[in-house]
Amino acid sequence: MTRYIRYAAVFCALLLAALLVNAARVQVVQSGSYDDNPANRRPTIARYGQPRGDILVDGRPVTGSKDTGEQLRYERTYTDGPLYAPVTGFASQVYGTTLLEHTEDGVLAGTDPLLTAFPLLNDLTRGRAAGGDVVTTLNRAAQRAAYAGLAGRKGAVAAIEPATGRILALVSAPSYDPSLLSGNGRSVERAWARLNADPDKPMLNRAVRQTYPPGSTFKVVTAAAALDAGVVTDLDAPTDSPDPYRLPGTTTSLTNEGEGCADAPLRDAFMWSCNTVFAKLGVRVGAEAMVATAQSFGFNDTGVRIPFSVAQSTFDTSVDKAQLALSSIGQYNTRATPLQMAMVAAAVANGGQLRAPYLVERTTRANGATVGAAGSRPARQVMYPSTAYRLRELMTDVVREGTGTNAAIPGAVVGGKTGTAQHGLGNSGTPYAWFVSWAKGAGDVEPSVAVAVVVEDAAADRGEISGGGDAAPIARAVMEAVLRS
Amino acid sequence: MTKAGTRTAVAAADAPAPAVRLPRRRGVELALLVVAVLLSVCGYCAVGLARTGTLPPGAFGYGAGLGLLALLAHLAVRWRAPYADPLLLPIAVLLNGLGLVLIYRLDLETPNDRAAPTQLVWSALGVALFAFVVAALRDHRVLQRYSYVCVAAALALLTLPILFPAVNGARIWIRIAGFSIQPGEFAKVLLAVFFAAYLAANRNALAYAGRRVWGVQLPTGRVLGPIVTVWLVSVGVLVLERDLGTSLLFFGLFVVLLYVATGRTGWIAVGLLLAALGAVAVGRLEPHVHARVEDWLHPFASIEAGQGPNQLAQSLFAFAAGGMLGTGLGLGHSVLIGFAAKSDFILATAGEELGLAGLSAIFLLYGLLVERGYRAGLSLREPFGRLLAVGLASIIALQVFVIAGGVTGLIPLTGMAMPFLAQGGSSVVTNWAIVALLIRVSHSARRQYDGQVAP
Repeated sequence: MTRYIRYAAVFCALLLAALLVNAARVQVVQSGSYDDNPANRRPTIARYGQPRGDILVDGRPVTGSKDTGEQLRYERTYTDGPLYAPVTGFASQVYGTTLLEHTEDGVLAGTDPLLTAFPLLNDLTRGRAAGGDVVTTLNRAAQRAAYAGLAGRKGAVAAIEPATGRILALVSAPSYDPSLLSGNGRSVERAWARLNADPDKPMLNRAVRQTYPPGSTFKVVTAAAALDAGVVTDLDAPTDSPDPYRLPGTTTSLTNEGEGCADAPLRDAFMWSCNTVFAKLGVRVGAEAMVATAQSFGFNDTGVRIPFSVAQSTFDTSVDKAQLALSSIGQYNTRATPLQMAMVAAAVANGGQLRAPYLVERTTRANGATVGAAGSRPARQVMYPSTAYRLRELMTDVVREGTGTNAAIPGAVVGGKTGTAQHGLGNSGTPYAWFVSWAKGAGDVEPSVAVAVVVEDAAADRGEISGGGDAAPIARAVMEAVLRS
Repeated sequence: MTKAGTRTAVAAADAPAPAVRLPRRRGVELALLVVAVLLSVCGYCAVGLARTGTLPPGAFGYGAGLGLLALLAHLAVRWRAPYADPLLLPIAVLLNGLGLVLIYRLDLETPNDRAAPTQLVWSALGVALFAFVVAALRDHRVLQRYSYVCVAAALALLTLPILFPAVNGARIWIRIAGFSIQPGEFAKVLLAVFFAAYLAANRNALAYAGRRVWGVQLPTGRVLGPIVTVWLVSVGVLVLERDLGTSLLFFGLFVVLLYVATGRTGWIAVGLLLAALGAVAVGRLEPHVHARVEDWLHPFASIEAGQGPNQLAQSLFAFAAGGMLGTGLGLGHSVLIGFAAKSDFILATAGEELGLAGLSAIFLLYGLLVERGYRAGLSLREPFGRLLAVGLASIIALQVFVIAGGVTGLIPLTGMAMPFLAQGGSSVVTNWAIVALLIRVSHSARRQYDGQVAP
């Protein structure tokens, strides 16, 4: 019997060995695939198990976290949800993250390996770094001024510091409160459905994700191309421009809103926004040079990131002369995001040098130590400095005595350009009111802010809509806020 | 009873071989018990420190309670079974203490459903039964006389739950005055006693082989009766009570004991064949069992079907999350398993929070417990005691394999309690009874040591 007991014991030992080997298989060999299974709740629980890092504006957090005591413990909160929604995006336990909450998620959620001093030790102890903070370039006063200026009308504002590319304001209206989407309950589902069904599209970030026909504000680009190409050498010399201007190869005639555009010199044509003059200038510059200039301003660039991606602004590269004429006054297939037009104004203000715009000044650990900094971005010379200097002159004239007088700030040098863009089938839609501008404070050497404003439904009555009337006051409020701070 | 004990002692003393007496090793047992209690208290404190950053308020009471139970058990052994194996009791106390820690830890996730206090009461009852058995049962051979009483009681206990409503798909519980009792747990011990007694008495007749077919010695038809009867009972349990685990355990236990008693591999062949036939038939006919097999083959099928992870998938996730060293007590999320996280799936909590290291340690503790049981069986000289020791140890081995293999995806999952660890009063009491019997058997074995095979 002894022998059989031994055999039975060996059998039990085999069972034990099978259990040990299988445990090693589940816990070590295959653990990776089990951990990564999308149905495994553990990563989600860990993610919401600690307060999320904050997004800072002017040194103060505009976000927060609240302890719900539920399985997914911490929920995102926002101090000024609608105001900063086009920058922060939302951080939802159900619907994921967007905008800065998305691109900076590693730092905010504490998973970025740079957040821990000893990553290997952390792996061993399974510690998770506290969420780090994201310091933005935003200017609180400028952001508030832009949001208040739009006053709920559909539209967007983008403001940039020309010398650096720091984004000072990024506003889209109508907006929404991202904290409605933070949790995971029924109310979040309802809010999500309601926001997505809203015809006003409050979750659309109009400042960077929506393109508009830039209309007359695009004449800044056309003027830059004409001056760079030497098509115009004297701002005050008459241009050979008929009024009305028959588009080359067609029977369609282009007219102007006002009088006195025939053969007007560039200074007057810019001041009074003569379509005929700029359409013909575009044709004289030629498609190749127009495309080159537009692209160096950032048009047709699909890779703009601030750090979230920016919709591509377009300037059609294969056009006939009539299409080129229309493209040169910001119509046809020319489309731009408000941020793109702010970049145009910034390039003019910065002596022809364009700095890539960015939103994140630096990221820090929870204790404030810097993890990553924006650093100096490369500059791109988009036009001759002399061209930029003359464009500043032209834009200053617009604000002093042209269509943009509403943007004037006492004691400061302000340059701007209005635009009223037709759109829709047969230009039947309510036109978009545009204003792009920059401002230089009384004691400043260089302009400290460049702004682009677009208002979609400026007013009910079509006749009253204009960049100077609806958009310029908003731009002034933003520039004043920046100059004061 | 007393007379029989004295007689054997005299016989041992009169043996011609030099009367070498093994050391009693009660001091070793006491020292190991202190370690076991301290380990459990450490686990209890670790849970509190991890969850709230402070020592849990009941730490002292818990330690004192467990220590008191251990001391009581130790005194019973010291008094009535001084030669018993010194490892059995400390392993049982450590596993029971660890189980209490794990259940207490899971209670924190389910504040409205606290199981640890009840489990502590059942553990106390179990230790009381242990002390009673160790003290009252002076010689395990007495049990041989009551083998048919045992099998009658076992069958009665097994059939009792059929009269009660099914709970969670299985008819294995009876509810009396708010207590849930699983009579099948007690039946295990009784059946082990019966098998041991029956086989000890009939092993020569059973060893008589019949015709050879294809090189295998088949048993004769006359003695095939008992094995078929047990097989039928197992299948009956399975079908009527939908308790795959218990039926597997009974059948496995019988086959092991039959083999040990007769040494006939033919029995194993017949046993495995019958088991396979039964398993296939029941797997086809019973949707409950069929679903378990499907879950085992495709644990993530419900995820791919968009219905979320099932219990087995959650259990695998928990083990995987543990990795090599575990998340630490109190820091895992095995509560995601949901229903039965404290009972059948308790091992997943151990796996997640103690890691492969801790899980292996637990398996090795069970392995050591089984090994000590087998060792006692090897060193005894009379067949009933040998078969009883092997049977009891095999119950633990098979039960651990069936449930641990089930929750780790090695074999199809069957509902069964992890000995000592899992929530379940009947199970804890039964396991203490098993350890008590092993203590008695090992006491006899070591006291009768004849200088040949040291236990």
